[in-house]
Amino acid sequence: MTTTSTTPDTTNHALHDAVSTRPRPPRASPVSASLTFAWRALLKIKHVPEQLADAIMIPVLFTVMFTYLFGGAIVGSTREYLQFLLPGTMVFAVLLITVYAGVNLKTDITTGVVDRFRSMPIWRPALIVGGLISDAGRNLLAAGLVLALGLVMGFRPEGGTVGVLLAVGLVLAFAFGLSWVWATLGLLLRTPSAISAVSFLVQFPLTFASNVFVDPQTMPGWLRAFVEINPVSLLVDAARGLMHGTAEPTQIGGVLLAAVLLVAIFGPLTMRLYRTRT
Amino acid sequence: MSTDPTHDELAIEATGLLKVFGAHRAVDGLDLTVPAGGVFGFLGPNGAGKTTTVRILATLLRPDGGTVRVLGHDVMHEADRVRDRISLTGQFATIDQELTAVENLTILARLLGFSRAQARTRAEELLDGFGLADAAGTTVKTHSGGMRRRLDIAASIIVTPDLLFLDEPTTGLDPQSRNQVWGIVRALVREGTTVLLTTQYLEEADRLADRLAVVDRGRIVAEGTPAQLKASVGAGTVQVQVHDSNRAEAARRLADALGVAVQTDANDGLLSARVDDPTLASLALADLTRAGIDLTTFALGQPTLDETFLALTGHNTQASTDAGKKPA
Repeated sequence: MTTTSTTPDTTNHALHDAVSTRPRPPRASPVSASLTFAWRALLKIKHVPEQLADAIMIPVLFTVMFTYLFGGAIVGSTREYLQFLLPGTMVFAVLLITVYAGVNLKTDITTGVVDRFRSMPIWRPALIVGGLISDAGRNLLAAGLVLALGLVMGFRPEGGTVGVLLAVGLVLAFAFGLSWVWATLGLLLRTPSAISAVSFLVQFPLTFASNVFVDPQTMPGWLRAFVEINPVSLLVDAARGLMHGTAEPTQIGGVLLAAVLLVAIFGPLTMRLYRTRT
Repeated sequence: MSTDPTHDELAIEATGLLKVFGAHRAVDGLDLTVPAGGVFGFLGPNGAGKTTTVRILATLLRPDGGTVRVLGHDVMHEADRVRDRISLTGQFATIDQELTAVENLTILARLLGFSRAQARTRAEELLDGFGLADAAGTTVKTHSGGMRRRLDIAASIIVTPDLLFLDEPTTGLDPQSRNQVWGIVRALVREGTTVLLTTQYLEEADRLADRLAVVDRGRIVAEGTPAQLKASVGAGTVQVQVHDSNRAEAARRLADALGVAVQTDANDGLLSARVDDPTLASLALADLTRAGIDLTTFALGQPTLDETFLALTGHNTQASTDAGKKPA
């Protein structure tokens, strides 16, 4: 479908007004530029809401399906299993959708719109930071859905409201760190779908071969050894600990350190690639 | 606040510009001097190195060699000073297809430092001026090619640039949309913006450009005013079709009037001759009429880009396209 256009009269006043010399306002601050990019991402979701399908379907499917499919078989009670499972599905759902950080960046680069941004006097990291702000919103949506659904289904965290909120915060902090890895890949790989494919290949084994769905006690030794050093397991341990009020400071510190390290390594790497490769 | 370029300031000053993609020298020792003011045409076929050069000038690509100053600033070391004063409308749409026209412009205005209200006002003013007011609230992917092109240019002049790069702004547009884009370019130039326009069309360069450079295989092969360049190629070709019985006489009279050799097409008997002065062509027409020769066709064609190229480079545009595969 094509919208009709009116013919511009090259001598008319409107054209003259539009092209007459405009003074340049002071440059947008880094914060303002980043928030503008976050707003742009929200507008895109408004026009193409299908983008949120993953952020809605993954939390719902995995929380409901695993609780009722395996709850009885694994611990004999769906309600009891939910207490164990919910922090895990929250981590699972949020980590899976962090890949959007790379996919959206690559999509922008592929369509050429980044060329315009890069030829403007804007704080360089704003596009990526703004994208990550909107990704944080998407991650929060997924985490909130898992939690809301869990509470309806009978999730009763012993850590109370504070423990739950701290756990959500911790998961989002780690997701933020991981997002930079996808942003780096977004600049290295050729197509948005290549990033999704890599994400699938890396995240599926990492999230399933972990303590998200089951206690590793029953696993064979070699698998248990992997599961116990798997960073996803460490994050799930910390989130579970916070929600049930049993978290150790070292667990939380370890996750925060991992998040900081991811940002420290992949943040500068992303920015360097953004400057030189696009 | 954008500073007005002083009258004798150079908009672009490039020497020995080099950009290599693998084994392909996309820009190969290009020298270019563009004065401030007016339209500078950058004419060449696909793959000649036009877009690569524009991307270097617009701070998007680092050259592998040579020096470039844009509006007096080094593009590598003072990139942000350059970005403060230039705008780029790329060959492929540099606007968000999923967003509406007004959203696109408002976002860009915010990024340039406008307040929320100012950004909205400026966006609406541009949409009005460019004949896009009716389409302001519809997503860009539903717009026609000509509308997208105008929106893309509007996005480049939210703040008046001192130098605007337009990379093939009319490629693929219908004649009406092309005329609209030309009108906008002329209006911008009246306001003092220098425009560097790349094009594959000699006619476009001829209509808009004050000066132009012909690019081939990453180098400038000719430079001057459109009139100078055309003079070096010849004004064009006269083509005449007559009834078979008159062909020999028509050919002889044409040759006499134009003072050049006349070719006869082996298939359809079309007579053609290169002509440097359109006046001679009209004299030839008068002469044929006086002799009572009925003409089926009489046409005076501008030299095509192919002919210009052949004359300036000694090879046709296809050869240049094959040599110059576009980088991804």
